[in-house]
Amino acid sequence: MTDLTALTIAEARDGLDRKAFSAVELTDAYLSAMEAGRKLNAYIAETPDKAREMAARSDDRIASGEAGPLEGIPLGIKDLFCTQGVHSQACSRVLDGFKPTYESTITANLWADGAVMLGKLNMDEFAMGSSNETSCYGPVINPWRSDSGNADLVPGGSSGGSAAAVAAFLCAGATATDTGGSIRQPAALTGTVGVKPTYGRCSRWGVVAFASSLDQAGPIARSVEDAAILLKSMASVDPKDTTSVDIEVPDYRAAIGRSVKGMKIGIPKEYRIDGMPDEIETMWQRGADWMREAGAELVEISLPHTKYALPAYYIVAPAEASSNLARYDGVRYGLRVEGDDVVDMYEQSRAAGFGPEVKRRVLIGTYVLSAGYYDAYYLQAQKVRTLIKRDFETVFADGIDAILTPATPSAAFGVASMATASPIEMYLQDVFTVTVNMAGLPGISVPAGLSADGLPLGLQLIGRPFDEATLFQAGRVIEQAAGSFAPNRWWGVGG
Amino acid sequence: MSVDIDTVKRIARLARIAVTEDEAEHLKGELNTILGWVEQLGELDVADVEPMTSVVQVDMKKREDIVSDGGIADQIVANAPETEDHYFVVPKVVE
Repeated sequence: MTDLTALTIAEARDGLDRKAFSAVELTDAYLSAMEAGRKLNAYIAETPDKAREMAARSDDRIASGEAGPLEGIPLGIKDLFCTQGVHSQACSRVLDGFKPTYESTITANLWADGAVMLGKLNMDEFAMGSSNETSCYGPVINPWRSDSGNADLVPGGSSGGSAAAVAAFLCAGATATDTGGSIRQPAALTGTVGVKPTYGRCSRWGVVAFASSLDQAGPIARSVEDAAILLKSMASVDPKDTTSVDIEVPDYRAAIGRSVKGMKIGIPKEYRIDGMPDEIETMWQRGADWMREAGAELVEISLPHTKYALPAYYIVAPAEASSNLARYDGVRYGLRVEGDDVVDMYEQSRAAGFGPEVKRRVLIGTYVLSAGYYDAYYLQAQKVRTLIKRDFETVFADGIDAILTPATPSAAFGVASMATASPIEMYLQDVFTVTVNMAGLPGISVPAGLSADGLPLGLQLIGRPFDEATLFQAGRVIEQAAGSFAPNRWWGVGG
Repeated sequence: MSVDIDTVKRIARLARIAVTEDEAEHLKGELNTILGWVEQLGELDVADVEPMTSVVQVDMKKREDIVSDGGIADQIVANAPETEDHYFVVPKVVE
């Protein structure tokens, strides 16, 4: 039998329905791959018993003709999602031992559609990071290595475990979340497809909160079609999330293969930043050529406030994080370090439980919200956010259907290579993705080629609110032109 | 605007995170780097701009004012480090 983990979700569903293999066989293939791939540190909790039990139930439903859209498909779940009775720690020590008594809406949707849970995936602590190096479980190793050496590279972050597991065939697809680029940047750095939906498309209920006005969950997958299939199941209208928008979830898969003839694709001149590597510029140009050859019209556009998105983000996101993370107090869940009195107990618990990046952001957030500074920082940043959103509204009103940009300013970099850099160096990884969160728009990252050193690079498409379908349609055109990319399997070789 | 070591200690206290002298010194440098970088927002004239309150314009959802959940005290305290009879236990706060 061919390697079952090599199948796309669409192919695996087809094989299961034809009874070419069983859901248990498919799950076992992934469980073996996970074992062989432990060097990558993508999973921080494997749930093989649960996976086999869920797969056996899938086989029953397939036999009785009740298969759901994701029946028997083995998925990895980012540790930010609460899964009932299963390790859910946002990769933070402060949540040591936490096992939720409830299930997030998104994972509940996936299980209702027949998906199988393989385990929980590594991530930056509380989704704060762009390299998956802030996790309390240590860094994830990118399955990709450069042509010029065997050094360990980062998979990006914060959804680094999700991206690495999908790229290394350790799951058929994964859940992820994106507050400033945490789905699209790791997808780009691992040659996978990542979708950050419109704010309000996927329920945030049961997903550990980082910055509530920016957080949005979405899928990472090995093809545009697989991403469309996953998003259809993840998205829903949820009364438990007041920001969940009451719009029916369309059949995204129907958009795959639709022509882009006559579509207007915007090329924002402000994304041509100083110091951008030539190969990023070349890939972007090639992406534009592919769209033109497929019949789309390319239009140069201006998004004048682009350069202010990242600094504004580093006020808004830490401010909201400082508020959201106030709940970790050593009283209701997670780590408690005893102190002289209750305040000392809070301070010692939080000092021991949070890592350096989380502390940095909580302190920045506390400062910008403190008396006397609110107007100068937070209010100013929220006004800048209005300007950023207005930039997008203007170009969409002028008839632009989607915007094409690079996904990241560079390919994957070495583990620990940024250890002595200023925090801002790392923040710049999100320069092309963060505008989308600030404006609440949908974005997709699609693999577009390899760097001179043989590492994956991605292109980003940005769409109108709730028009994810257009992103799948245009993303498929890039995928067809660029082809798909898989790393050479160096892990699990020789034990 | 930049922060001094006393300000760092004051915000750490507000954030309820214990910091050592060394950590406070280190954080002072990092916080000032970040605060210096976000200063560039001052270049923009935003006097007549409304601050964003929500990226998606929707009316706040309402529901009937009825009990829709509850009776799960066991679950609520299940993850607590210390509990007694469905209460969270904390160090004594009043003499």
